[in-house]
Amino acid sequence: MPVGRKPVLDRPARRRVVINGEPVDTTARTLAELLAEAGYAEAKVATARNGVFVAARLRAETMLEHGDLIEVVAPRAGG
Amino acid sequence: MQKLQSRDARSGPLTVYGVVLKSRLLLGTAQYPSPQVLARAVEAAGADVVTVSLRRERARAQEGQRFLELIRELGVRVMPNTAGCRTPKEAIATAHMARELFETSWVKLEVIANDDTLQPDVFGLVEAAAALSRDGFEVFPYTTEDLSTAERLLAAGCEVLMPWAAPIGTGRGLANPYALRSMRNYFPAVPLIIDAGIGAPSHAAAAMEMGYDGVLLNTAVAKARDPVRMATAFRSAVEAGREAYEAGLIEPRDMAAPSTPLAGTPFFDLERRK
Repeated sequence: MPVGRKPVLDRPARRRVVINGEPVDTTARTLAELLAEAGYAEAKVATARNGVFVAARLRAETMLEHGDLIEVVAPRAGG
Repeated sequence: MQKLQSRDARSGPLTVYGVVLKSRLLLGTAQYPSPQVLARAVEAAGADVVTVSLRRERARAQEGQRFLELIRELGVRVMPNTAGCRTPKEAIATAHMARELFETSWVKLEVIANDDTLQPDVFGLVEAAAALSRDGFEVFPYTTEDLSTAERLLAAGCEVLMPWAAPIGTGRGLANPYALRSMRNYFPAVPLIIDAGIGAPSHAAAAMEMGYDGVLLNTAVAKARDPVRMATAFRSAVEAGREAYEAGLIEPRDMAAPSTPLAGTPFFDLERRK
């Protein structure tokens, strides 16, 4: 890369992901950032990305990609 | 081979994955008129295990947190389900999410084949059970009465089986008593819990009289006109059925047999010599 040229990575990339079936445009880079941005920061939730469980401790290092399908779930009554 | 092990099936409390349960009635937590009625029904049932689930959470809703607090106040053990999952992949991801939120390795594993019958997809069920057992889960599979499926589930690591009585929510009772009796006889050493299809306390009692180790139900209590009283009724039925099984039922016979002794019957000779 030529010296002095600013890497494009500094500009936050917008990507479209889907949270619980709803499309969302976001600049969040990680799942943790996305959850905070979407209003789940304090919530007792569990997550999956593209059908695969993502543990809470791995959210900060789970990078988002365009088109990711994110599930955010919480405890409910069940039979 | 589990079926060749001997055990005294008629003594001691129900033990699943090393946990001793006080009650043989397990209760679902869905469809009650209110959280208060749910709490009172669980208490009336005497259940020490309740099933729970996971659903999508809306941002800033905190609905899950409130439900979790309600369940914790009940002081019972939870068994999260994978209700609604259609594939092993969905069920496995759901089980992992449930383990993180409910902090238990127990999972009531459902892999559903068909929306109308809600019957288990037994192929997906075995696959998911094997994967989850390898990941340290203690799997309670919602299955059919099919014996070869049961063998596969045991080989996959399940220590408990939960055959349906009838499809979920139908309340039809023991749809195939012959098959359920066969399953009980075929696996005398495996804890077997009837899961789904129970509508009336008499259904639960019948399952317990057959020697089933427990009954798990939800709709029959939650949708009763008075869920708390129905929970009491089911508690009595499960206890009565178990007591009867342990006491040893008589064999049915085709012809009548007098219960009052024949010897010394008055007029015995007179009438019969005519």
